[in-house]
Amino acid sequence: MTALVRLSGLQIAACKDGGVTSIVRDIDLCVEAGEVLALIGESGSGKTTIALALLGYARPGCRITGGEIEVAGHRIDRMDEAALRTLRGRVVAYVAQSAAAAFNPMLTIMRQVIEPALVHGLMDRAAAETKARGLFRALALPDPDTVGDRYPHQVSGGQLQRLMAAMALITDPALVIFDEPTTALDVTTQIEVLKAFKTVVRDLGTTAVYVSHDLAVVAQIADRICVLRGGTVQEQGKADQILHAPAHAYSRALVGAAAPRVPAEPIAMPPPAPGEAPLLELRDIVAGYGGLDANGRPKACILDKVSLTIRRGRTLGVIGESGSGKSTLARVVAGLHSAAQGYVNLNGVPLASRIADRSREDLRRVQLVFQNADTALNPAMRVGQTVGRPLTFFHGLRGRTRAAEVARLFDLVRLPAAIADRLPGELSGGQKQRVNLARALAARPDLLLCDEVTSALDPVVAEAVLDLLVDLRRELGVAYMFITHDIERVRAIADDVMVLYGGCQMELADARALGSGPHHPYSRLLMASVPHLKAGWLETTMDPFAPVPGQAGATADGCRFFSRCALAMPGTCDLVRPASLVADDRLIACHRELAEL
Amino acid sequence: MTASLWVTRLIAGRIASAVFTLFLVSLAVFAVSLLMGGDAAEAILGQSATPEALAGLRASMHLDQPAPQRYLGWLIGLLHGDPGTSLVTGRPIGGMIAPRLANSLLLAGLTALVSVPVALTLGILAAVKRGGTFDRVVGIATIGIVSVPEFLIATVAVLIFAVTLHWLPALSSLRDVDSIYELLRVFALPVMSLACVTVAQMIRMTRAAVCDALTSSYVEAARLKGVPPRRLVLGHALPNAIGPIANAVALSLSALLGGVIVIEVIFNYPGVARLMVDAVATRDMPLVQTVAMIFSASYLVLVTTADIVAILANPRLRHQ
Repeated sequence: MTALVRLSGLQIAACKDGGVTSIVRDIDLCVEAGEVLALIGESGSGKTTIALALLGYARPGCRITGGEIEVAGHRIDRMDEAALRTLRGRVVAYVAQSAAAAFNPMLTIMRQVIEPALVHGLMDRAAAETKARGLFRALALPDPDTVGDRYPHQVSGGQLQRLMAAMALITDPALVIFDEPTTALDVTTQIEVLKAFKTVVRDLGTTAVYVSHDLAVVAQIADRICVLRGGTVQEQGKADQILHAPAHAYSRALVGAAAPRVPAEPIAMPPPAPGEAPLLELRDIVAGYGGLDANGRPKACILDKVSLTIRRGRTLGVIGESGSGKSTLARVVAGLHSAAQGYVNLNGVPLASRIADRSREDLRRVQLVFQNADTALNPAMRVGQTVGRPLTFFHGLRGRTRAAEVARLFDLVRLPAAIADRLPGELSGGQKQRVNLARALAARPDLLLCDEVTSALDPVVAEAVLDLLVDLRRELGVAYMFITHDIERVRAIADDVMVLYGGCQMELADARALGSGPHHPYSRLLMASVPHLKAGWLETTMDPFAPVPGQAGATADGCRFFSRCALAMPGTCDLVRPASLVADDRLIACHRELAEL
Repeated sequence: MTASLWVTRLIAGRIASAVFTLFLVSLAVFAVSLLMGGDAAEAILGQSATPEALAGLRASMHLDQPAPQRYLGWLIGLLHGDPGTSLVTGRPIGGMIAPRLANSLLLAGLTALVSVPVALTLGILAAVKRGGTFDRVVGIATIGIVSVPEFLIATVAVLIFAVTLHWLPALSSLRDVDSIYELLRVFALPVMSLACVTVAQMIRMTRAAVCDALTSSYVEAARLKGVPPRRLVLGHALPNAIGPIANAVALSLSALLGGVIVIEVIFNYPGVARLMVDAVATRDMPLVQTVAMIFSASYLVLVTTADIVAILANPRLRHQ
């Protein structure tokens, strides 16, 4: 076999502030025809930069400074812009990370999908449209004959990602580059898209470079894996070898971070005194946007009758996909969003629904850790000051005592004290998230609301932050509401787990009971959708969208999960909101019997 | 709700809010004309005014009625297409304004005809070649022109082209226009002076809108499909810039309305704006109010049109 793609000695540099920094160094890679090569690494490892170089493209500010790039016999490094244009989209095609951003919102989908075929003069419009519809069908898109007439905002993210793949495949390119194509999707959607990609790649014998940071995803689709870090290749080899016998230390760390976490040791807490109120109690919270209707419900209802309790020092995991209302839940507790109905009690005393009406003591007790430390930290303020301000505000500390306390907090989150003089822009993502955490801890809260605090971090860094959270809980006895879309993370850190779907509580269970005994069909779907670090897992996992004929959607009073539920009972589930089934360690909102789940 | 019904409602809402704004403007215009002090009776009688003569004249001009009553009478008249009669000449205002309005619209229309295509072309070119010499030259030139008031541009242009070179007439009288060539000669200076100001604004905002679209992910994705540069700009970036560009054009053209006043006075051009300036001098309040309403209405028409264009150009609003 001959190599279809060959990179040798590839060098890419970034020009910034007059200086030139090398961001990719000495890359030697080969991809054989019909093979899928995965480029894996954390953010900043250069994986996307290398993939784009295969198109002869460098993002603004970057420049390919050396090395040979050869794709299907074309020497890309020697081509000028006009020659590259005839190659892009025809010989090498690109599937971008966020199809939602990569589709032009002003043009219909079909027009964009067939554009590569038209600009390269490969076929006429009618032939291209026929071919596109064939690809839509092959990619298991719903309504393949009409989906092309829609605009990008009218289809879901998972569908857009597959439509983008159709756009790449329409010219039968020699090489397709998939750049983190499933990263922005929910786990349940990710499987659907991965399956579609894998089927087409296999059926068409496509050669592909698949860029990802997620080893478990890569395990499903790649023949070979190349591990990158800091712009250099750490290790490359067959997928099996990298997954099961990684030689390089960094590959081992990656594989270790991708493996399911061992749940933290349960922390022994003294049993609550009889009559002691729980730390946090929410009853029948209804919240949303828009005005209220006659029943006092918001027009766009984001949370629908959510109830929960968190006891002192315990951790509740809240899990759900995007749009399930989990961030709104944290905002309601923090007082950033007023609930339309229901109440929030802290230590048995009602909390004001608006943050402006809360006492300083109430503010101190509940602290929110934002998802994105990049935007949560003031970029113009030294991080020591960011952490020090709540110390002054809540505890009146100033001067030396405040500096000492800041140093203690940095020590607590395992950061060197010298970091206090730095600006957020000078810190890494993981360090920023630790500062973010230290800022919340400075208030000495009873409850930390952690909203997707590890989602923006690379796997290895995210693991370390999770470890830190577990340690802090042991040292400080603080309670967490841990909000995430990742069921594995929840399992590792939480005592109890609440599953949200469409703003409704589907299940409330003991975290250790997840995976055994009866579960809500949606919880099962979530658990089944987490990719395993094992080749061939994708083929054996159940189809999360097992089509149920004639199951369009539920009425407003029906179960929110009806249209996607494999166990739905039309005539009941689409009309009536289910009551909760109660077992000893779980509550499941379903019409089925416990034994059926 | 069907898509077309949704869009109709959206547009109807925009128009309704424009009409309401116009009503508020009428209140403001009337209130300001009250504040200006002095009245037409004093202006007419001048030195020879006796209290009795003033009172008589005021009564005959309905100036003795309370303000709300005068406002209502004026508003109802406007709604019936009858803005009343001039206090100074005694002629119906409608008849006084009509030919002047046609002249002013001709001036503004010609300016728009010249400035919009020039501005869009230069703005788009500057965006495509951003960072290059062309972009920088256009950028410096537009800033330079924006900073110079239009009366200065007009005066300097008259000095150069009319006084020194004798190429063009210094005054723009429409009386002796009998050929296209004459028309072009008469309008060249006022249109050029007005266009300078509007073009500069439009270029800057068009450039910003197109630059924004050109740095987006979808343009990068299109580039990686092998889409050639011309199609990249016209087919991918421009449709996304239509909304902002329509707004920029509307704002610049409405700035033109203000410019028209100065330019008409400088070139002694018989337009509606000069009529207003004269009316202020003679305290001819009904005339002032009517012309002010015409200016406000044109402004609202421009801005609302831009809004509607932006709605119709955006599939996210068209297909809810």
